[in-house]
Amino acid sequence: MGVKNLGAAVHRIEDARLITGSGRYVDDIKLPGTLSAAFLRSPEAHARIKSINLSAARKIPGVIAAYSLSDLDASFQRRMVQAYPNPAIKTDITPYPLAKDEVCFVGEPIAIVIAENRYLAEDGVQAIELELETLSCVIDAREALKPGAPSVQSSSESNLAASLNWRFGDIDEAFASADHILKESYFQHRGAPHFMECRGVLAQFDSAMQRLVLWSSTQSPFLVRRYLAAFLEREESSIRVIAPDVGGGFGPKAVHYAEELVVAIAAEKLNRPVKWIEDRRENFVGTNQQRDQWWDVEVACKADGKILGIRAVCIHDNGAYVPYGLLLPNTTIVPFPGPYSIGAVDIKLQSALTNAVPTTPIRGAGRPNATFILERSIDSIARALDLDRAQVRRMNFVRKDQFPYETGGRLPSGITVQYDSGDYHKTLEMALTASRAAEFETRRVEAEKSGKWLGLGIASYNEDSGLPPYEGATVKILPTGRVLVEVGSCAQGQGLETIVAQIASDYFGVSTHDVLVRTGDTDFPALALSTVGSRVAATVGPSVHLAAQQVREKAMKLAARDFEASVNDLEIVEGRVGIKGVPGKSIGLGDLSRRLLANVNLPVPSGFSPGLEATAYHTTERPVYANGSNVCELEVDVQTGEVKLLDYWVAHDCGTIINPRLVDGQIIGGVVHGIGNALFEHMKYDRETGQPLCNNLGEYLLPLATEMPNIHCEHMESPSPVNPLGIKGAGEGGTIPGIACIISGVEDALKPLGVKINEYPLSPERLLELIDERRQKRAS
Amino acid sequence: MATLHTIAMTVNGQTYEGKLEARVTLADFLRHYCDLTGTHVGCEHGVCGACTIHVDGRAVRSCTMYAVQADGSTVKTVEGLARDDQQMHPVQEAFREFNGLQCGFCTPGMQMTIAAYLEENANHSERELRELISGNICRCTGYQGIVKAGLRAAERLREEQN
Repeated sequence: MGVKNLGAAVHRIEDARLITGSGRYVDDIKLPGTLSAAFLRSPEAHARIKSINLSAARKIPGVIAAYSLSDLDASFQRRMVQAYPNPAIKTDITPYPLAKDEVCFVGEPIAIVIAENRYLAEDGVQAIELELETLSCVIDAREALKPGAPSVQSSSESNLAASLNWRFGDIDEAFASADHILKESYFQHRGAPHFMECRGVLAQFDSAMQRLVLWSSTQSPFLVRRYLAAFLEREESSIRVIAPDVGGGFGPKAVHYAEELVVAIAAEKLNRPVKWIEDRRENFVGTNQQRDQWWDVEVACKADGKILGIRAVCIHDNGAYVPYGLLLPNTTIVPFPGPYSIGAVDIKLQSALTNAVPTTPIRGAGRPNATFILERSIDSIARALDLDRAQVRRMNFVRKDQFPYETGGRLPSGITVQYDSGDYHKTLEMALTASRAAEFETRRVEAEKSGKWLGLGIASYNEDSGLPPYEGATVKILPTGRVLVEVGSCAQGQGLETIVAQIASDYFGVSTHDVLVRTGDTDFPALALSTVGSRVAATVGPSVHLAAQQVREKAMKLAARDFEASVNDLEIVEGRVGIKGVPGKSIGLGDLSRRLLANVNLPVPSGFSPGLEATAYHTTERPVYANGSNVCELEVDVQTGEVKLLDYWVAHDCGTIINPRLVDGQIIGGVVHGIGNALFEHMKYDRETGQPLCNNLGEYLLPLATEMPNIHCEHMESPSPVNPLGIKGAGEGGTIPGIACIISGVEDALKPLGVKINEYPLSPERLLELIDERRQKRAS
Repeated sequence: MATLHTIAMTVNGQTYEGKLEARVTLADFLRHYCDLTGTHVGCEHGVCGACTIHVDGRAVRSCTMYAVQADGSTVKTVEGLARDDQQMHPVQEAFREFNGLQCGFCTPGMQMTIAAYLEENANHSERELRELISGNICRCTGYQGIVKAGLRAAERLREEQN
């Protein structure tokens, strides 16, 4: 098929604009007459709104309008649409676009001020007179579920958002036949997303077309359109949502927010474009997070370390509203049993409302949490039974000859969970070999001589990536002969344009630069869902492949008719269809495309449909399982609690690799997100008042270049049988095992002291506390 | 009505004038008055470094500097980083070569920081380079591609100097 771009380490086509400052993020889009918006947000975690007086704000020169909920049309004074309805939701409570009579977390939007520029809009917000009556609040999810706890929402009977149970196999039998039952409790905290571009939205109401156009820094233009249409009671066709260049997403930008709705309503009301750009301080209190989980876990195993069953209860911090169904809690329980063959699983989760920012998925969603529980459990077995950590993993892994492997669980759609392909043992060996794990004890002993405490961390994982059902694609030959691909899916840094161009270009023998790729626009012909769950490469990739294949076949058939030749004798080289072995006899794709355009009185060639283009969908009912193992080497300073990361190795399998350069980028970036969660990021709240204790990047620590190790990637390709290209997802595979790997390493470094680490993030203070506790226990 | 100040500065070789309030940041002046939107605003409190530009040859954060403070200055933004002959700056070329970017939002600031330091001294070790960019946050790449790009750009600049 000529040039083979699929699989090649081609450079990204996005980069030319991004390295020169010519990208177009939402705040870079200028429409004439655009107004700026700013929001008044709740300064309290829980309060009744006694009064909101906007008159002083409205009097400021340059302020155009100020609205609270009661200023909006009566039909908009209702709660927002539930994004993912689920019968398991017990307290189905979404926010109002602007708070009605109660605020339930610090940061909840109360009013919007629209002005000639952002400075004036913020002046307007300052001038609003707000009177609140403080109500009692609860921040700790465990406290929230206790009888007599303050109500997070005064309208709801209970703080229980939902109860979930993921179970299969005979759990009682597993525990009855166990040689050992290990019990541990864990605390997990994943903070805030902190994409570098905060959220933002620009809305324009085209009164002539009666159409609303919204540019949003979103991962889900099609979903934003769906929820806007449902709330505004408009046809979807009267709304266009565009995701321009987006500066990072990591999950929370997949959610539809109140600000999108209110800005859209304001733009229509004022008949002028309105833009709102979130600032970092707002981002700390206004963008969804993924905070606390408390776990009690019991593992039943045989004397040799073989796990028979795992039983756990988890209390999950849901935040103040349930805007996004149960996606986050579900992704916490459904990953069990991970890469292991475990006969019985019983995980119960209670999602508790708290007076804090709602929680929704961040890179990996609940999977890093599930992986942390599984990997800590494996390490705890090794510790308790004095076994080698790698050996306990090997003994429990699903074996290569077991694929497709049915775990015993069932997806929400009712079909069985089936791991598609891989070689979990091999990726573990690859990581152990690359890290020279076999000689680690020698390195540890050597380091001890100079007073250094070295540790080796290990973590394995698998991930249900490429989530169903589909992302569509349209491939079209333009009259110039260039290839246009339009996909509704959008990117936030993954390099979607490049991989789409790689896949399509091979069918026409052209370079990636001859493929124009457009992404993230609801006006494109093919339907799309959302860039979440490491799913876009594995869903849109096969759709691009199908559409390009159809266009190629049509072009060949049309040329065969012209040449009076058989399709089998034709080839496409550099965008021209020619007869094999007959130089000079060829026709350009652009010429062929013109034949299928509408021309007066010229019939479409018989046997052909109009247009040299195709829209195609690869639909799937099953996810594809990326997998792998990570190893890290680190040093713990027992005097200061500092953890110094020395090196990090990843061996992973994301099926067919479209572009190794991009896959490495996804994996390395993902690992660093995991490192941030393990060691640095902590979204703390004052337990009494519900005030966030960090609202800037000086207090909330993100990973910096100085603390990050070099991360070495080893690839194993086991193409997935689930899609025609064999692709699996790569976006979250670094983060999912990353946390567990680091914590495993820290615990290993402290092995001489016997310090057990069942929590993260692990700040130096906390690590010193754990060391001291252990030393005191030993002394007494 | 707040007092308006008339200022002028040279940005990427071109003179820009503005009449603005003292509270307007240099980043907002560049983005909204000069339409130079390549300079990005990531935190507005001087931590993330996305808004880094050069003022009179030094790397500064344009979100914590007022536009009036830059009156009369010579400013360079990412739009002016490429060489005059339409050649990319070695830092830009290296970012592309080593995947020093993903979403691209921190990229202009990151490139401006590295360019300023390398123009001063192109002999940094990896450790030093990591220190130099420790005031710029990237959430996508894990920094590895950025560090490799910085080292490659330094090598290029050393070659040019010899």
